Amino acid sequence: MTETTNRARPVSGPVVNRSLRWMKENLFSTPLNAAITLFCIYIIWSVLDVLVSWAVINASFGAAKEACETATGACWAYVHDMWRFLLFGTYPSELHWRPLVAMIMLTSGMLLSMNRRFWSPWLAVAWIVGFIAVYFVLRGGILGLTPVRTAQWGGLTLTLVLAVVGIAFAAPLALLLALGRRSDMPLIKVVCIVVIEVFRGVPLISVLFMASVMFPLFLPEGVSIDVLLRAQIGIIFFQAAYLAEVFRGGMQAIPKGQYEAADSLGLNYWQKTFKIILPQALRLVIPPTMSTFISLFKDTSLVVIIGLFDLLAATRAAVNDPMWRQQFVEAYLFIALIYFCFCFFMSRYSAYLDNDLKKSTSH
Amino acid sequence: MTEQSRLSDRESVIQVKKMNKWFGDFHVLTDIDLDVKQGERIVICGPSGSGKSTLIRCLNRLEEHQEGDIIVNGIELGDNVKNIEVIRKDVCMVFQHFNLFPHLTVLDNLTLAPMFVLKQPKKEAEATAMKFLERVKIAEQAHKFPGQLSGGQQQRVAIARSLCMNPKVMLFDEPTSALDPEMIKEVLDVMIELAEDGMTMLCVTHEMGFAKQVADRVIFMDAGQIVEENEPHEFFDNPKNDRTKLFLSQILGH
Amino acid sequence: MSPKHSKSNDVNPILTILYDKTFRSVVYQILVFGGVFLLGWYLVSNTLANLRAQDIATGFGFLDREAAFGISESVIAYSADDSYGRALLVGITNTLKVASIGIVLATILGTIIGIATVSKNWLLRFIGVTYIETFRNIPVLLQLIFWYAVITRGLPGLRSALNPIEGVFLSNRGLYIPVMANHPAWTWVGVGFIAGIAGAFFLRRWSLKRLEATGHIFPHLSVGLGIIVAVPFLVWLVFGAPTEMNVPKIDTFNFQGGARMSPEFTALLLGLTLYTTTYIAEVVRSGIQSVPYGQTEAATSLGLRSSWIMRLIVLPQALRVIIPPLTNQYLNLTKNSSLAVAIGYPDLVSVSNTTMNQTGQAVEGVAIFMTVYLSISLLVSLFMNWYNKRMSLVER
Repeated sequence: MTETTNRARPVSGPVVNRSLRWMKENLFSTPLNAAITLFCIYIIWSVLDVLVSWAVINASFGAAKEACETATGACWAYVHDMWRFLLFGTYPSELHWRPLVAMIMLTSGMLLSMNRRFWSPWLAVAWIVGFIAVYFVLRGGILGLTPVRTAQWGGLTLTLVLAVVGIAFAAPLALLLALGRRSDMPLIKVVCIVVIEVFRGVPLISVLFMASVMFPLFLPEGVSIDVLLRAQIGIIFFQAAYLAEVFRGGMQAIPKGQYEAADSLGLNYWQKTFKIILPQALRLVIPPTMSTFISLFKDTSLVVIIGLFDLLAATRAAVNDPMWRQQFVEAYLFIALIYFCFCFFMSRYSAYLDNDLKKSTSH
Repeated sequence: MTEQSRLSDRESVIQVKKMNKWFGDFHVLTDIDLDVKQGERIVICGPSGSGKSTLIRCLNRLEEHQEGDIIVNGIELGDNVKNIEVIRKDVCMVFQHFNLFPHLTVLDNLTLAPMFVLKQPKKEAEATAMKFLERVKIAEQAHKFPGQLSGGQQQRVAIARSLCMNPKVMLFDEPTSALDPEMIKEVLDVMIELAEDGMTMLCVTHEMGFAKQVADRVIFMDAGQIVEENEPHEFFDNPKNDRTKLFLSQILGH
Repeated sequence: MSPKHSKSNDVNPILTILYDKTFRSVVYQILVFGGVFLLGWYLVSNTLANLRAQDIATGFGFLDREAAFGISESVIAYSADDSYGRALLVGITNTLKVASIGIVLATILGTIIGIATVSKNWLLRFIGVTYIETFRNIPVLLQLIFWYAVITRGLPGLRSALNPIEGVFLSNRGLYIPVMANHPAWTWVGVGFIAGIAGAFFLRRWSLKRLEATGHIFPHLSVGLGIIVAVPFLVWLVFGAPTEMNVPKIDTFNFQGGARMSPEFTALLLGLTLYTTTYIAEVVRSGIQSVPYGQTEAATSLGLRSSWIMRLIVLPQALRVIIPPLTNQYLNLTKNSSLAVAIGYPDLVSVSNTTMNQTGQAVEGVAIFMTVYLSISLLVSLFMNWYNKRMSLVER
């Protein structure tokens, strides 16, 4: 037995040989493959060449604008000059600690919720309390805090508020819509189908237009709802429609036997749904759920079109500053990096969670 | 006895000499020597992970071996693409999970390779296909899709699909392992019939009844090596190696 | 009363009704539907009251009124004297124009990158994955605004326009490329091209028939491509091989001649294509990976060559998996083209927005573009349902 497994493969050996073998198998297995490899190296090299020499080698990192005039590469002084505006928008600058606290609360809340140990009904309660706290931190008006109108909320703070609140409310709404669409009560089913299909059929921008232009007409004379809240509701309904279809797909994938087993044990509808079906169904749809959340995060940028002052809007305003007219590349790349980090982190987390749950439910 | 002597006079169809294979650093097959005569029926058995499937997958180059020679019909199986194509026409494989093409009807599954590899006209290919479907007793299902058949039926279609290529050798990779007990017999019956018609067969299987009934030779593999080979009576009644004894006691023990 | 019920004899009959399944279901439905109805009625009556108070006439009468605003680019003829209805039609055609070109480009690029991500070559996979991760994790609106800024601010002006190839001008006024000068030959070359495609199609049918009859394989793919190229070429020769071009030139105030792609259109097309490509690449990748490896193995062991395996076994199975999400991506691209409003490309939403601002007909404006998008979506999903029914694998 031992003599067979111990004999090494002829080409294998120390690390050098091993990596040579890896390269032969993955990069140079055939002449065509070798040509592709060389072509790829050329592409990567030319992209890196342009990028590195612009962003690092020829760039000026000083805080003063004057330095930029000689530099042929990026002018990072711009970001240095602007970052507070990008993070907080037009929020009064002496009160910047408040949006900072709000952002820390939102991100740490997200991070904590990602940990499976904290998953319990209390988490929902904690979130509701947290949202109220974030709201009052930003808006002020109590405990001696200066009131700040929502129109002044802006930058990354506003983006985070829209995204996190959107996720927190879209998910339960989506669940209701999905259950409704699978219900055997025809009227409820029809209502849910119409809501889901209408929101999925139109672009988000039209929903936002509806929230900003048409919504005021819906309300009786003298009553008005803040434009931020209207946009938020639009985003929630729009993404909930997509999420509902994701959830429904998961529920459809649960074998009939599970429903029958739950029925035969005498569980009622809600017990069956929340104890048996949903835990399995939601597990199945973690990747598409997370990509809906990622879409929601990216889509918050659309509020710029109806005049809200989120991260993208702040940047757009910033690059219109005549002093920095040519530095738009730096500005847009900088916020692209911010968006990228959030989205990439969410997609990695989704892959991790998917794997982790797979491991813990098999064997 | 006479049959044995006749076999040894026959031409070799497959010759394997000192063949070695690795998966990464894992040594799957060690110094395999094997000589398969025309019309010989060989059953290969052994514990799971012993390399028996890998061995027969090497014989039509679904896996590459790294050392040693495999010669099929006098043609060396190596990196030469033409040789591989020629050999694959003669050596067909039946898989554990059937691997029928789900988007084609049963009949189209059978006529595809004859048309595109052997360049037969469609009519001719269909006639051959129907002949073999009748032989595996499933002609009435010709226009259904694989997904509409039971496992046993699917495996019989897969056997017929291989037969349409008019192969010289047929390889069976655990053809009954994925089947329900009541379907095993219908597949084995087809295989026994094939054996009686003189097809050269290499069969990885745990069906010892089948081995006793049709095999000319039983090969026992363990840990990537051929541990013992003998004609069935000797192999089952009088195993020499301890590992063979242990394996037989486990598999026949109840 | 049957003996079964004797134990619950003392139970209040009202409770028995309350626990009745049908009764409950009816009550729930009345509650939900009634709620929705009341909400709708409330909103509609408020809206009507508000409109009356603001003195805005409801209805679609404004569509016939003169629009009195210009549209920078248009597929169909349009001037400011035309009606609002005509303006909206211009918006629809502009949306369809950018969407259809974007769909073609994104499909080509997405297929290439999708195949790259399942390549055996590690570096190629790496490039494919890096592209996907980068462009899909940045909001498409940001990408559009970025490309628009690059074109309008990063590129030089008219006088110093980039001239990478003779006759091609890239400046902050967009992309100008040379086109063939008007000549009757070109119409016939177009006809020849279509005839070539038809010819290739019939060749394919003939060669498949011959394959069935005789087993001889005819290289219909390469010969067919040859026909598609050769027929228009011959037509061109017959017409005396006109080579006169309409090359753009820099005039005092603008470019003259050539074909123009406006900065708005270029940025929109570029952004939408690069973004949607990442999703299409993922769709293609998962489609290819959805075909079990056993299928390739079985085909291999039957002696089929790898090009035939791809065409006969892998592609037909992968396409079933690919086409539904691919159509979804096409719809997404079309819907995302509405972001054009942010960079001033006159698509449907952008034109509706101008119309709403001028007429105050917000309800009608939003209703029009929502209806257009909804009907596109519904048509496509009807088609998809039909397709899925037709193509789904038959199983027991």
